[in-house]
Amino acid sequence: MKVNDWDKLVSGVKAGDVRSLSRMITRVENRADGWKKAMQQLYSGTGRAKVVGITGSPGAGKSTLVNALASELSKRGKTVGIIAVDPSSPFSGGALLGDRLRMAEVAVNPDIFIRSMATRGALGGLCQGARDVARILDAFGKDIVLIETVGVGQDEIEVVKTADCVLVVCVPGQGDGIQALKAGIMEIADIYVVNKADRPGADEVVADIEGMLSIADQGKLDTAPVVKTSAATGEGVESLCNTLFERLVHARNKEQWLDKRVREEILSLVETQIMESLLCAWQESGALNKMVEAVLNKKADPYSLVDALLPDLSKEALNRQTAKATKTIIGPENS
Amino acid sequence: MTDNAKIRVLIAKPGLDGHERGARVIAYGLRDAGFEVIYTGLRQTPAQIASAAVQEDVDVIGLSILSGAHLALTKQLKEQLAARKGEDILLIVGGIIPENDIDTLKQMGVAGVFTAGTPVSQVADFIRQNLQKAA
Ligand SMILES: Nc1nc2c(ncn2[C@@H]2O[C@H](COP(=O)(O)OP(=O)(O)OP(=O)(O)O)[C@@H](O)[C@H]2O)c(=O)[nH]1
Ligand SMILES: [Mg+2]
Repeated sequence: MKVNDWDKLVSGVKAGDVRSLSRMITRVENRADGWKKAMQQLYSGTGRAKVVGITGSPGAGKSTLVNALASELSKRGKTVGIIAVDPSSPFSGGALLGDRLRMAEVAVNPDIFIRSMATRGALGGLCQGARDVARILDAFGKDIVLIETVGVGQDEIEVVKTADCVLVVCVPGQGDGIQALKAGIMEIADIYVVNKADRPGADEVVADIEGMLSIADQGKLDTAPVVKTSAATGEGVESLCNTLFERLVHARNKEQWLDKRVREEILSLVETQIMESLLCAWQESGALNKMVEAVLNKKADPYSLVDALLPDLSKEALNRQTAKATKTIIGPENS
Repeated sequence: MTDNAKIRVLIAKPGLDGHERGARVIAYGLRDAGFEVIYTGLRQTPAQIASAAVQEDVDVIGLSILSGAHLALTKQLKEQLAARKGEDILLIVGGIIPENDIDTLKQMGVAGVFTAGTPVSQVADFIRQNLQKAA
């Protein structure tokens, strides 16, 4: 992709052009040449949108809830971006993205933009990819970005962890009320949603969660609220929306958490870049093939190859390099 | 730099008939051919389809039509796409399409017409070839 094509997309996004928005998302998702530069150009116009992660077991009603929530937000004058993540097939690399099926109501609302995203399992992972898409939607001018992922894989959980507020969706019946929460998503909830409240057993799930929280959060004042909804009928969604706004304003340990989020993003981008640069160089030069062969022929072992292959990673070399970089970006230290 | 582009396809069922099977077979088949397939379900209006296609930035729209209204629906979809700067998206139509209407559809800008029972692999090959040509 040519450099000035990117410029056109970036200015299109800033000007609120939907076609530019969807094209830019594709390019960035594909990591097409120049994507990082384009994100740089957008970055200063971001940081305004609130990102809300919605996760829970398969079939819990996440998409139906996203539809209902987006519709309620729109009624309250908010513009909404939706990112619906579904897994890629590990065999074909393809994906069937079906979340839109439950979002028909808001699909033609001009204030709402829905984008389906496959996990792809690419280098650098889903997390940064989803974060980039959320940021593009932010730059486009969306007030709120809702990200739906299935709360099963570690990758999917990482995605919602970067959100400003996380909703964990549970349902009565099938034993996946509170059980599902034990798989590591319990800790990340800012709000628990017990969906399909029209079904029997919803109150038991609410009681289970509250019981669990009262043990875990003993004495803390900001225990995560539990809200009952019936996404299919819209019941409870207004109240969920109120709770959401409250949580967005009174986020827990905000400073500390922002620091952590930026830290993680820098490290994740660096990690990806290192792997990508190394792989690219080694594939081109055939170095990796030679090393594999050497190990197979018992001429070398993987452990000693690590040090032999890598560029100078000694503390001195690294610090020299970073000192130079921080100086150009932040300016000389004034001690 | 690695470029991880994937072919993205919207499978849509406009109109009032409620037979979803053909559309589903195609959707799953194209996924297994390595495409990212967005499936939006039954009874979509041309405006809904065009809007989804543009938001999802798909390379291809596959319409499944069994109701006999293929000419009218295709025409409306074309208009809706044009209104959203999506006229460049490859359009294919499948379902029950009388022989006589195939040429008319092609004149309307439909790239390929597949009658019921076409193997999915043939559709996948057609898509790959046509996108290559466009690139
Ligand atoms: N009874 C009842 N059914 C619901 C409710 N919300 C969603 N459903 C149904 O639950 C099923 C799954 O809904 P989805 O919204 O697709 O669930 P999901 O969590 O997004 O599913 P995946 O994305 O496949 O994990 C659908 O048949 C919905 O109609 C609800 O409040 N009550
Ligand atoms: Mg869903």
